[in-house]
Amino acid sequence: MSVLSDMALALASGSVRVVDLTHRLDPDFPVIILPPEFGQCARFRMEEVSAYDHRGPAWKWHNLTLNEHTGTHFDAPVHWISGRDVPNGAVDEIAPENFVGPVVVIDCSEGAAKNDDFELTPEVIEAWEAEHGPIPEGAWVLMRTDWSKREPIDYLNMQEDGPHSPGPTPEAVKALLERGIRGFGAETVGTDAGQGSHYTPPYPAHYFLHGAGKFGLQCLTNLDQLPPTGAILIAAPLKIRGGTGSPLRVLALVPGKAS
Amino acid sequence: MKRQSYDGVVLTAPVTVPYVRYSQETAHWWIARALRGALDKAGMSPRELDGFSVSSFTLFPDTPVGLTQHLGLTLRYLDTIPMGGASSVVAARRAARAVQAGDVDVVACVAGDANRIDSFRRLLSSFSRFSMDAAYPYGYGGPNANFALLTDAYMAEYGATREDFGRIAVAQRDNALRNPDALMKKPLTMEQYLSARPVSDPIALFDCVMPCAGAEAFLVMRENEAERRGLPFARLDGTIERHNAFPDDPIQLRGGWAMDADELYEMSGCAPGDIDLMQTYDDYPVISMMQFEDLGFCAKGEGPAFVRGHDLTIEGDFPHNTSGGQLSVGQAGAAGGYLGMVEAIRQVTDEAGPTQVKDAARALVSGFGMINYDRGVCSAAAIISGGNA
Amino acid sequence: MTSPLKPPKKKDPQKRSIVPTLPPLGRSRAALGLTVAAAEGRFALQHCAECGTVQYPPRDACTHCLSVELDWRDTPTGGTVIAETRIHASPDPYFRERLPWRMGTVKLDAGPVALAHLHGDVGRGDRVRLSLHLDKAAQGVIVALPTERTDVMEDDPLMRSLTAHPRHRRILITDARAPVTLPLIHALQKAGASHVFVGEAEAWRRWPGRAAIAALENVSIMPLDVTDADSLQSLAGEIGGKTDILINTARFIRPGGVLGGDTVFARDEMDVNVLGLMRLAQSFGPGMAARTADGTNSAAAFVNILSAHALSPDPGYGVFAASQAAARSLSQTLRAEFSHSGLRMMNVYVGPTDDEWHQPLPPPKVTPAALARSIVDGLIEGLEEVYCGDVARDLAERWRRDPGVLERELTGGGA
Repeated sequence: MSVLSDMALALASGSVRVVDLTHRLDPDFPVIILPPEFGQCARFRMEEVSAYDHRGPAWKWHNLTLNEHTGTHFDAPVHWISGRDVPNGAVDEIAPENFVGPVVVIDCSEGAAKNDDFELTPEVIEAWEAEHGPIPEGAWVLMRTDWSKREPIDYLNMQEDGPHSPGPTPEAVKALLERGIRGFGAETVGTDAGQGSHYTPPYPAHYFLHGAGKFGLQCLTNLDQLPPTGAILIAAPLKIRGGTGSPLRVLALVPGKAS
Repeated sequence: MKRQSYDGVVLTAPVTVPYVRYSQETAHWWIARALRGALDKAGMSPRELDGFSVSSFTLFPDTPVGLTQHLGLTLRYLDTIPMGGASSVVAARRAARAVQAGDVDVVACVAGDANRIDSFRRLLSSFSRFSMDAAYPYGYGGPNANFALLTDAYMAEYGATREDFGRIAVAQRDNALRNPDALMKKPLTMEQYLSARPVSDPIALFDCVMPCAGAEAFLVMRENEAERRGLPFARLDGTIERHNAFPDDPIQLRGGWAMDADELYEMSGCAPGDIDLMQTYDDYPVISMMQFEDLGFCAKGEGPAFVRGHDLTIEGDFPHNTSGGQLSVGQAGAAGGYLGMVEAIRQVTDEAGPTQVKDAARALVSGFGMINYDRGVCSAAAIISGGNA
Repeated sequence: MTSPLKPPKKKDPQKRSIVPTLPPLGRSRAALGLTVAAAEGRFALQHCAECGTVQYPPRDACTHCLSVELDWRDTPTGGTVIAETRIHASPDPYFRERLPWRMGTVKLDAGPVALAHLHGDVGRGDRVRLSLHLDKAAQGVIVALPTERTDVMEDDPLMRSLTAHPRHRRILITDARAPVTLPLIHALQKAGASHVFVGEAEAWRRWPGRAAIAALENVSIMPLDVTDADSLQSLAGEIGGKTDILINTARFIRPGGVLGGDTVFARDEMDVNVLGLMRLAQSFGPGMAARTADGTNSAAAFVNILSAHALSPDPGYGVFAASQAAARSLSQTLRAEFSHSGLRMMNVYVGPTDDEWHQPLPPPKVTPAALARSIVDGLIEGLEEVYCGDVARDLAERWRRDPGVLERELTGGGA
């Protein structure tokens, strides 16, 4: 009782602040692009149903079209072939306590500014732990790259040889899994690097994380407003039957000025 | 086979209901007034009338069938003649045969049309299928454009000038100035004619008729019936009627009269030189000129020389369209096809008053009607003579 | 001699835009044959199947033998003007605004006589070439043209009213990435287009060829996504009032039939090819329709590119063909809706195009440059139905002859 009332007071006083890590759902927001012979991720679209007019005089509303993986979104284990047999691996089956938990932020923004293909390696993780202590078990690990601040065309950064954006190496993902993390999140359009298809296995973040029953978050923003440690992440996907992921509002509770 | 004469049948009781440029009244109203006028002249009540022949473009949604009930007529002969400028001649010849055969006693031949603002445009738009499909989409010049094309081709072929056509229009205006019912009241000079604003080259303002509202009527009955009623009358000496003559002519430089003129004179027992006055259908001067040629007053292509060589006024050597014709009186829809006939009956019965041609005994009335596409389709003519001739 | 059309001055913002009026619209059923031929740029008249007499005006029975078997056939185009007039007065509002109007009587070599619009370079006594064109009421009319090309003859005000010539017009091409777009820009500029707007969807995706388009003079790349009504509304707000011709090059195509097909692709095909057309028409159509009488650079045409398999499907591209059939149907409704304004709805039917989605198919395939030429030629001629390439022409011909047989042939029933 007292924890929650303290929490309410902290929120009211500003000693705990809420940071929104979500992009606006917008038709112009990039989505992942696959080779054209593959099925594609639906872009976010809003279709006006009525706007206080002959189609509905006193109300305005829209029909939405989107993919589970459009905009800021959650990846469930069943999203990847490696996770297809994970028990309770779909968004509607995941126990709700998984949606609220501690979060750490590994700041790779300096490296990513210099190198579009910046890799999160075990060395980077170890260096971070040397400074901030071990990554706690059950924590979300977010990779800050400031990628969310880029212009849309540089965000996907599509070149003739495919997209170029930072991400973890297979070894780094395995290192995180060894630490018992809850999931991995990125500012980029996927948890894997733009050139992630050239790793072994391809797309190691998806492959290993989901195979291990862990979650992914992508298209995050405002990671620069999070402390390296000590924040709590709230990331609850829509309860879609058999859903492999979901657009969602990702919130972080961070220590405020008054604390 | 030799055609039978119209012996024993006469035309009488000519009536003109004075025209007005625009009128809110309907065709029914105009026709009723003309019919009443003719019956009054003959001293007949509507109950006595057993024959009715109607020409009108603006009765819609009624037909002459509706008019019988509307006007309270009980008839055993009812005809509708949708032939525009040829209507009066065709109405007269059909009525004459029915009277002659005893199918009917008296036929009232009536034409009348309304003219409200914009009704001319609406009338044009539903005139004919070929016009709708193949004439109006090309500038929507209406009959003006059609006759401009005929005039253009005629001028190119026969060397006619605008002045030649002007002679016809100017002479008719002279005649009209004597007719108190003519809508045109001012004199027209050749200079005014030639400098008038263009309507559809080479046609200009005074080549065109003015659409208006009005009605005309006459009665067809047995000669002894007319005598019994003390009515002056005209005999029908001969008639012709032709539709879609010379279909292979690429453009109309002659009308159906050219096919039938010889028969007309033979039936009438006279020659062009015996005609005292002529009433042509004159919606444009070029077509009057063609009637002079095709009805034998001069050879084809000599129309221009003919009008240069003759005085077409009431007192001239070739009195033509003595009331002023449609060019100066106005064109009251289908009544335009009656104007010449009604005036001719008045002339040969010495009832024409201010427009009377001296000693007018024999008149030629010519009709021309219905621009279905690129030319007038109906042509007709009649020679009538006064009862005392 | 035709005087060259001058580039239009900038519009006086205090003057009301001229409200479009139409020439007479009514036609008999038989006369619609002229409109059908005009839409395709053919000079066809009725020929009696029994005696061969050529008929005009269109009718229901032979003027020579009363046979009711009258077939529309391509007809020799020669003729001689035997009379002409310049109309200075007309009760019809459309012509009243355009007086004086020249027309004439033409004796056709094929037999009948036709009243026809006269090109400014012909008059009485001249030999002429007759042509059927769609007028602003979208009805076929006969035009007498010089037998030999004369200088800037397409600038004659009559021709300007009967065509959608790109000269001095501003044109929107909806999809910059379509292979046809670059050659289309070149062809439009060669024909005298004053400005070309090119729509770009998903500017966040880099694509080859963008720089080549961006570098062109009098060409602007604008954000436009036919699947996004908001983007269309924004762009229409910006350039809708100066879009004189709209050419929809946006297309989504994937091979595949129904059973092995993919409803996700099918949805994209419907979204881009069918609903995209609808959204474009909704956002740009009303503004264009209001500007069809707006001077030299009046709005003239809405162009849609369709697979010829809109007429009958190739099962190898079965779902795509369904989207094309649906788009064709929409275009026909649009044609009816635009007909009140004089805006032309032009469909360009094309066989397999020489691109990634038809790569395994054998020739003949239509190159982007050939498609671009067909589109611009169609605008210059003022057509509404254009068949680009041998495959499209052949397919249309077989479809006209017997849609049932064509279906069986395309689905493997023919030897």
